[in-house]
Amino acid sequence: MQYLLLIYNNERNWMDLSEKDSKNLMGEYRSYTERIAKSGHYKGGNALQPTQTATTVRVRDGKRQTTDGPFAETREQLGGFYLVDAKDLDEAIGLAEGIPGARTGCIEVRPIMPTPTM
Amino acid sequence: MTATTSRPDAQSVITRVYREESGRALATLIRLLGDFDAAEEALQDAFATAVVQWERDGVPSNPRAWLISTGRNRMIDRIRREERFVRATTALGFDTEIAIPPVEPADDESGVEDDRLRLIFTCCHPAIARDAQVALTLRTICGLTTEEIARAFLVSTPAMAQRLVRATGKIRAAGIPYRVPPPSELAERLDAVLTVVYLVFTEGYAATSGDALVRRELASEAIRLGRLLVALMPEATESNALLALMLLHDARRETRMGDDGELVLLEDQDRLRWDADQIEEGLRRVDEALSGGPAGPYAIQSAIAALHARARTPSETDWRQIAALYALLLDRAPSAVVELNHAVAVAMVDGPQRGLRLIDAIAARGELRDYHLLHAARADLLRRLDRREEATDAYESALELATVEPERRFLTERLAELRSRE
Repeated sequence: MQYLLLIYNNERNWMDLSEKDSKNLMGEYRSYTERIAKSGHYKGGNALQPTQTATTVRVRDGKRQTTDGPFAETREQLGGFYLVDAKDLDEAIGLAEGIPGARTGCIEVRPIMPTPTM
Repeated sequence: MTATTSRPDAQSVITRVYREESGRALATLIRLLGDFDAAEEALQDAFATAVVQWERDGVPSNPRAWLISTGRNRMIDRIRREERFVRATTALGFDTEIAIPPVEPADDESGVEDDRLRLIFTCCHPAIARDAQVALTLRTICGLTTEEIARAFLVSTPAMAQRLVRATGKIRAAGIPYRVPPPSELAERLDAVLTVVYLVFTEGYAATSGDALVRRELASEAIRLGRLLVALMPEATESNALLALMLLHDARRETRMGDDGELVLLEDQDRLRWDADQIEEGLRRVDEALSGGPAGPYAIQSAIAALHARARTPSETDWRQIAALYALLLDRAPSAVVELNHAVAVAMVDGPQRGLRLIDAIAARGELRDYHLLHAARADLLRRLDRREEATDAYESALELATVEPERRFLTERLAELRSRE
């Protein structure tokens, strides 16, 4: 099964990191990614630019509405994600546990909906 | 299959088999089919077939094995049909994937036990909410109806049905595995399982409604699950303590009801008829559990049950120590029900006035207002204080909330007694 691991962290903390700490964290993410790529779990993933770069789009009555900022203001923000292949939820939870951001924020584990067979 | 039972019995046999075997059959079908919903459907199919076939040909010698193989075959037929359909649609360019579940030879008894253990860990997976874990276990392992579970947890039947649908839906969609967790996770996962097992036992020991005060098979199910857990994790003292607790309660089973099905209180029970072997095993396990490190909630509760079991007469009961153990339990695992039990024990040591004050404090916080035993305990203390009018009111409140028939009868009698003395 495929799971999307959504990484939520308070992005202020990320921005407040010293250059050295920030480099260390990047290194941790790189080695984590390498590790799950080697084990065959990795299907994709990226970090996101901070929410101040976000734009929210809605269409109402056929008209497009564009607003500055993220969809929801929350204490922790979506900062990145991994798409992984896992045998079951326990394996996906194990992969989520290894993401560096799990120690400061949290990881939401969401199964990918299979393509409908019609 | 060979027929061993005469035909007129088929219907009653099906009813009995449903009650006793559906949990085990379902557990095995889930492993064979790899899907919760498919297994439930397969089992329903098998029972529908049984109604016709057992009536006509007689009851098979091993009904459970028959149900499992019939259910499995039905489901495989269905999947093959779907597969043909899928092949046709794949030719049209749809991207699909369907796995045929592995077919295994008939299961021996140990395989069946493994299935049930696997299933209970799946039902108690931390990704499922606690209330749904309990509901799912009662539904799938113990074969309770949705309505019975709803009543046990004081929610409406549709709400409970939805809770179950959501939980099985998550097991499937999120890929919650069907297996006993690896050693590294076992301790943590076991806690949830123990809670659920104890709730199953309580449901069996004092069924939440209807005439059957003692639903033997549920209590035995829980004890058997307890033994399985102890065998699986002998070093986990809390499973042993839970097993001890259940054995000690269950040892009194035969004396809890009179000849006419009326409720007999602990102080009035014939202690010579308590199951001596079960008490002996229970007491041994309590000692083991208490010597295995700091006492957890089940160890404390089993120690309380042991004090009751050791008293040869009600007056020998060491209420002072029982009250102290409840206070310890309140500290380790606080709950309003434990507080109520503590209050009752305190009343035995320091008199009804003090017990009443503690119970009124619980009620003043608005807790346990819908719990009949709070009103019944209050009524009893008021009666002992000779405050008849208030006692009558409290018995009436208890009666309004009680659903188990023998308890209702007991409360009605007490009420009549009070009124006749006015």
